[in-house]
Amino acid sequence: MRLVTTNLTYKEVQPKLKELVDTMFKTVPSGVGAKGFVQASKQQFKEIISDGSKWCVENGYGWQEDVERTEGYGRIDWAEPEKVSTKAVDRGMNQLGTLGSGNHYLEIQIVRAENIFDQEIAKRFGIAEPEQIVVMVHCGSRGFGHQIGTDYLRIFEGAMKKYGIEVYDRELACAPFQSSEGQDYYKAMACAANMAFANRQVILHRIREGFSKVFHTDAEKLEMHMVYDVAHNIAKLEEHNVDGHRKKVIVHRKGSTRAFPPHHPELAKLYKETGQPVIIGGSMETGSFLLVGTQKAMDETFGSTAHGSGRTMSRAAAKHQVRGEQLQRDMEKKGIYVKATSMPGLAEEAGFAYKNINDVIDAVSQAGISKPVVKLIPCGNVKG
Amino acid sequence: MNIKNDKKKYKFLEDVAIADIAFEAYGKTLTEMFENSALAIFELSADLKTVDAREKLEFALENEKIDNLLYDFLSEILFLKDSKYMVFKKSEVSIIENEKYQLKAVLEGDTINPQKQKLENDIKAVTMHMFEVKKEKTRWKATVVVDI
Repeated sequence: MRLVTTNLTYKEVQPKLKELVDTMFKTVPSGVGAKGFVQASKQQFKEIISDGSKWCVENGYGWQEDVERTEGYGRIDWAEPEKVSTKAVDRGMNQLGTLGSGNHYLEIQIVRAENIFDQEIAKRFGIAEPEQIVVMVHCGSRGFGHQIGTDYLRIFEGAMKKYGIEVYDRELACAPFQSSEGQDYYKAMACAANMAFANRQVILHRIREGFSKVFHTDAEKLEMHMVYDVAHNIAKLEEHNVDGHRKKVIVHRKGSTRAFPPHHPELAKLYKETGQPVIIGGSMETGSFLLVGTQKAMDETFGSTAHGSGRTMSRAAAKHQVRGEQLQRDMEKKGIYVKATSMPGLAEEAGFAYKNINDVIDAVSQAGISKPVVKLIPCGNVKG
Repeated sequence: MNIKNDKKKYKFLEDVAIADIAFEAYGKTLTEMFENSALAIFELSADLKTVDAREKLEFALENEKIDNLLYDFLSEILFLKDSKYMVFKKSEVSIIENEKYQLKAVLEGDTINPQKQKLENDIKAVTMHMFEVKKEKTRWKATVVVDI
């Protein structure tokens, strides 16, 4: 997940909303078989999966400040491209800068005055104006990461036999962390995380270019600063308090977001006082939230919180209730302009197929594992 | 014997996996069940009426276990979709049972072109969740959940 601010207001963006969404739809390709604009050789792709966002910024796809506003500075340093199959590289090397499909999206959102819950922190995150426009991106490592998953699922099946491990569901295949299989996977997974950081970084570059083109001015003048970028499907070795003792543990945030408190050593100076920005995505009809990490998350949930509202209805059930074309018209009436590569795919993502985002935020807020800062209301959406 | 059921190639299972898509594929023979599983994947990726069989891709796989062979076969289709930029319409499979199961497959399809094909789900991966290959009285049955 990645969130970017602008200094534009809804009033300024609204007349150009369609042009803006259409531009994003073209420049950030989505759906089946989409190719990204970054033409990387195999050697360059190996550098990308080793260096993540750092590679992008060094090659002109971003600003220096973007890196410190990314979880782990956009680069997991234990990545080893040698642990990744040729197949994964072949599958992923042309997907840099693509959105994907399913629940992936690029959304233009509005900050309503009544939806700012913590003025002070919102300001520190770059959100100071009512009616301010921000952009949110949800996508990951694309086919590359999934091929790594597929490859290691099979490797782990063999490893489980070797180490005498049995699991209830074969999808939960695993290996001891210190085994050669476990270590290889940990290094390959880091390559996937770096690809995801890089993918969102080059997409941010395209977003800045798109806004710049539509509003005839520089992205710098539009103050298109990144708020933050968080992974929500990653495993990391971290230090936590367990039963009163400091311990190194593997925290696996699958469908979960890191939510570090103020003064955590991993946070950049910019967010030392506030705590880590947390982005929780809702459905494309109802809105998303920007929150901040808390000490309670550190104490109780290994510095983690929710990552999204979560589905409440299957994709098939959603498609029985509404057709994509109808949903697109209904959303436009509500002031949300949406472009999608697949109409059945759009129907699957209807707002009613998801839990109420306000309930999800209430839950994490009452549990104290993250604190709401701003609610963001959608007005434009590119759907994979 | 339920003739109607025997004729069915595959069936999508609703409300089994809320965020993913599950299906069962059937076949009188192992080969037919593999081809029908592939067909379910093709159907999820694009409207098959809009896909031409213009190009052929061939590959071979082997495995000691029949369920792992199916997993690798379906995963190979996803790999070829992304690495060769293709959507597929049909497959022809042959399986020989020696010490290992040996599979040869020919996929027929076309280069991806959003102007030409009605594209749907970009399937991320075949999962092992509920994954099963079963020989029933008169047919083979596979249960597959794909990550969308």
